[in-house]
Amino acid sequence: MSISRINRRNLFKVSALASGGLMLQLNLPVAALAEDGGTLVQSKELNVYVQIDTDGQITIYSSIPEMGQGIKTTLPMIIAEEMGARWEDVVVLDAPLDASKYGMQGAGGSTSVPRNIDTMRRMGASAREMLIGAASLLMEVEREDLDARESKVIHSSGESMTFGQLAAVAVRQPVPDPEMLSFKDPRSYTIIGTSIGGVDNLVIVSGQSQFGIDVDVPGMKFATYARCPRIGGRATSFNATEIKAQPGVIDAFILQPDARAGKASMGFLDGLADLRGGVAIVGDDTWSVLAAREKLQVTWDESGASDDSWAQMVDQAKQIAAEGGGEVRLDSGSVAPAFAQADNKVLEAFYQFPYVAHVCMEPMNATAHFKKGTAGAADAMEIWLGSQFPGQVKEIANNMFGITPENVTVHAKRMGGGFGRRAVHDFAAEAMAISHRMGIPVKLTWTRPDDIHNDFFRVGGFEQMKGAIDPAGNLAAWDQHYIGFSKQGKPVIGSGLRGNEFSMVALDNARVTQSMMDIATPCGAWRAPGSNTNAFVEQGFIHELADLAGRDHLEFLLELMGERRWLDDGNVNALNTGRAIDVIKLAAEKAGWGKTLPAGTGLGLAFYFCHAAHVAEVAQVSVDADRNFRVEKVTVAVDVGPIINRSGAMSQVQGSVIDGLSTMAGQQITMENGVIQQDNFDEYPVMRIAATPEVDVHFIESDNPSTGLGEPALPPLAPAVTNAIHAATGERIRSMPLSELGFKLV
Amino acid sequence: MSKFVLMVNGEKVEVEAQPEMPLLWVLRDKLKLTGSKYGCGIAQCGACTVHVNGSPMRSCVLPVSAVSGPVTTIEGLAQGGELHPLQSAWIQHDVAQCGYCQAGQIMSAAALLANNRNPDDDDIDQAMAGNYCRCGTYIRVRQAIHTAAAYYDADTSSTKVTGAGQ
Repeated sequence: MSISRINRRNLFKVSALASGGLMLQLNLPVAALAEDGGTLVQSKELNVYVQIDTDGQITIYSSIPEMGQGIKTTLPMIIAEEMGARWEDVVVLDAPLDASKYGMQGAGGSTSVPRNIDTMRRMGASAREMLIGAASLLMEVEREDLDARESKVIHSSGESMTFGQLAAVAVRQPVPDPEMLSFKDPRSYTIIGTSIGGVDNLVIVSGQSQFGIDVDVPGMKFATYARCPRIGGRATSFNATEIKAQPGVIDAFILQPDARAGKASMGFLDGLADLRGGVAIVGDDTWSVLAAREKLQVTWDESGASDDSWAQMVDQAKQIAAEGGGEVRLDSGSVAPAFAQADNKVLEAFYQFPYVAHVCMEPMNATAHFKKGTAGAADAMEIWLGSQFPGQVKEIANNMFGITPENVTVHAKRMGGGFGRRAVHDFAAEAMAISHRMGIPVKLTWTRPDDIHNDFFRVGGFEQMKGAIDPAGNLAAWDQHYIGFSKQGKPVIGSGLRGNEFSMVALDNARVTQSMMDIATPCGAWRAPGSNTNAFVEQGFIHELADLAGRDHLEFLLELMGERRWLDDGNVNALNTGRAIDVIKLAAEKAGWGKTLPAGTGLGLAFYFCHAAHVAEVAQVSVDADRNFRVEKVTVAVDVGPIINRSGAMSQVQGSVIDGLSTMAGQQITMENGVIQQDNFDEYPVMRIAATPEVDVHFIESDNPSTGLGEPALPPLAPAVTNAIHAATGERIRSMPLSELGFKLV
Repeated sequence: MSKFVLMVNGEKVEVEAQPEMPLLWVLRDKLKLTGSKYGCGIAQCGACTVHVNGSPMRSCVLPVSAVSGPVTTIEGLAQGGELHPLQSAWIQHDVAQCGYCQAGQIMSAAALLANNRNPDDDDIDQAMAGNYCRCGTYIRVRQAIHTAAAYYDADTSSTKVTGAGQ
């Protein structure tokens, strides 16, 4: 597509957009800003996802929150494909939050595609059948001789009518029985499998995209909220008179901790989003309240506060590793004799990975408006925010203030990043509590230090590994002791080994144990929870064992996969060793596995299975004498079944590789006596553009259902890179981040 | 509170603000120009990048009292009803993921292209070094800048650089 064509195509929209002068407001058709999801003016609703204007515009509602994973483009593509629409005629709008129409409107676990793909296909096919029914009536021809494509219903004679012409009659057609629907032959697809740009690209590049942080509500005031630096402390008093006298400050007050906010019907969120104690400052603009906060002096009650310390955790974990023991998760054979056998080679290794933060580019924020019910009317809450599970906010409002769900209006905005952080809504609880107290709309914006200090971190952890290689060079025994973290004895999200972990299901002679240490530090889901650290350990240690055996890593890894088989037959969420072998071989081949490289340069391989995805990556890394390392290229082979949006899928893989590299290279959260030690990006660096590797992506579009790609390309990156550093230098890396070992990503 | 007269996207505006209030918050909270984003407040991430006198500035640390010339924000980059070539290239390459940092990226890139019509990867890496992208769109950022530069190459006579020093 040429630039000039894009310019012409966008000219109309941009002219409209630019006419507003300084107070530039997006001047898309009113429909584009509609949020109520009702039938648009002059539009015919064929189902809750599809409306057609008489002038031919096809409106498709996107019901899943968008955080950069591209779902707002991907799912509508499926509807458009099945109904026979031309993508150019499609406008995508955000669906309102309405479980009765759209079911669970949440994004997490790379499940949005597999959870919704069948519904999308049915909605598209259903709309198509209604349009064909209308055409059959109006053209007085048999349905069997009609076909929908290019936003038209076309008769075998060549005569056709446009969707716009058919809409008014189509809407009166009976809704087809879902059981009777037929679906297009994938070979005739014109939208699925192509590259479609994000539907919000124009508003993003012109600075019009409304994230939660951009919300402007009439009469709105601005707030900041200072929580106890020691997690779990509460405010008892503060210099209220001085703070309230600061320029632009309207009010300042203490909020007490509130565990009711954290009660959640979704199991993995339950207990996470407690309101933390602190001091709220409300004023005329963000800067005024931030400036006032600089003068804030708070007396904290730290009696219930965290005393977690990372240094102590490391010491304790090493002690546990040395002692052994732990809960036995798996004992598939006689591991001990294999380790005792004199002619077996045995290797032990202690791996470590840190806590990390989400640092979404858009810091946490929410705008809330509590409306006290008058004249017998019920209290109501309106809230604007970016959320991965916006329905949760209704529960929080009910838990905290007894406002019933029908009186809570949630406006789910585009998210400036999610990565799992926006599954937890502590910031929404804070905004609602502040507005509840003030009775006016209030926008609460977290500072970056707030965002880092009060994250729900990717949990750190440790693994004591032990392996034996027999004289023939085969794996004889595998012993894995996971040392992680729990709250009240229950492992936190991402800590411990999943039941379908490779080592849990695929190895013949394996023993897996698990020990947990109780902590107070909040932990949550972080892009590929559990997998993003387990991959590092397992795939690094497999490479160590291949090395011990004197075997080629690729050959050794393929051998471990064994026969091509499903490890849980018929379950698409289970590892399929055939799919694994195919991606491993393809990544290796495309990366030139075995090729001669300059001194100081090496290739590293890793495979990982999670989120129903099979992904292999080969990193080519060079390391100089000063321990500067450069990831020159990452070759990725992915099998998530047929690709829906090629550009979007590629983006997720490129982004996962860069995210994985950024994280392993220099990111670490530490705590001392319950206080998070990193404040901002100067102490918690995100990778910059210069370190960006070439990323060469290959999709194996196997004949399996399409599954999600927001997470699974991230886990193999770290071990691929550390294995490559070993190949380049002979140095084995068993802990992250690499900056702690004196390595610098360049 | 003091009164400041600013030239923003070609229009003269008066704002009342504390002199030390960063330009970012004047733009966002007072002028309701929310295209420039808050990301860190310490000039580390570049999400707040705007042009002042044509130079890329981190508006989160620039006091309004120190603004010394006309300001261009992402909202003022498209001129005369046409997208800036970078904005078109950004759409063409489908650069954005979450989109939050993209205004800052584009403003830094626009300042680069205003001074260098044919940047190589090193020039791009240097000019874009102050802009974080947490989603990892850097590969496409580079591609889009090259594409926009090629647009200038192909048609330098009739294309005016917009966004820088307007």
